[in-house]
Amino acid sequence: MLQLTILFDRLRWEEKALKKEGENEGCEASLLDAKGLVLEVSTPRKQNSLGDLALQRCISHYRALYLTKILENMSLEVVNSSAVTENCGNKLLTTLLLGKARIPTPKTYIALTPDTVPQAAEALGFPLVMKPMTGSWGRMVSLARDGETLQSMVELREQLQNPAEHMYYLQEFVKRPPRDIRAVVAGDEIAACVYRYAPEGEWRTNVARGGISKAFKPDEELQELIHRAAQAVGGGVLGVDAMESRDGYLIHEVNNTVEFKGAQSATQGSIPRKIIKYVLSRGKK
Amino acid sequence: MNTKCAECDGPINVPNDVIVGEIVSCRDCGVEYEVSEIRGGVALLKPAETVEEDWGE
Repeated sequence: MLQLTILFDRLRWEEKALKKEGENEGCEASLLDAKGLVLEVSTPRKQNSLGDLALQRCISHYRALYLTKILENMSLEVVNSSAVTENCGNKLLTTLLLGKARIPTPKTYIALTPDTVPQAAEALGFPLVMKPMTGSWGRMVSLARDGETLQSMVELREQLQNPAEHMYYLQEFVKRPPRDIRAVVAGDEIAACVYRYAPEGEWRTNVARGGISKAFKPDEELQELIHRAAQAVGGGVLGVDAMESRDGYLIHEVNNTVEFKGAQSATQGSIPRKIIKYVLSRGKK
Repeated sequence: MNTKCAECDGPINVPNDVIVGEIVSCRDCGVEYEVSEIRGGVALLKPAETVEEDWGE
């Protein structure tokens, strides 16, 4: 019987649902708290306790990335791979890959010092959005309507200890309806597609910020973009985020540890079942 | 399965089917705890990790 290890560092509804579906699909699924792991890394020896296949669900980006690299070094198949984790966990890398694949994405500039932020802002125009390169749930994603606000945001960011926060990812503020689009992708299948509506008094649509999900069937153009975006970062179990701009769809983010509780509440079919079927297909290759 | 918050002594409702790793929170002060062990039908709690800069999807 195939042994599937679901790695987590914060156990949520999603991980429990994935375990249940794994068992329903006839594999031996177990939950493993990554925070308790101590692994010898100087020899690439496989640890039998980690099973045949791992599903990476850690919400700490660096914990997920390093642990996945270690497990891959032990020749364990991990979904998503470390390459995909790296590509999605850093907004700059995601943007580079989307651009390279000619996938429409919001216009974005990087300023490598605080002094060059005004130049980037001039190129983009106001309002603009400043995002941290790592992290999600809309945390520290800020809207600057003018130069004074932007300057204050930069000064605050400069107080942070992490040097990565002293480089600035600045993006055009896309005029869109008060919603964006989240597609949950499992391999070649779009497991669910929902609109996420921003809650009252909030411009961000993240479910973590109270966004409300409503399922819909994506048209062919959007389906194609979702698949291309997933492939651009390496493919796997992903959350592809899109916006409806005046000029058409834009893909603005691809998430590698996709949360789907909100999407599931609005969707008929079982999202975790589709994810597990895909993950198990990776284990059989 | 109920226990008390180490921070404010408020009540923490722990579901009977809780498993190790799950997060429970104090109804009064909101502090989050992670279930570290279930021993003799009693859930042992430790303070849950707080949100880090790299947390997310």
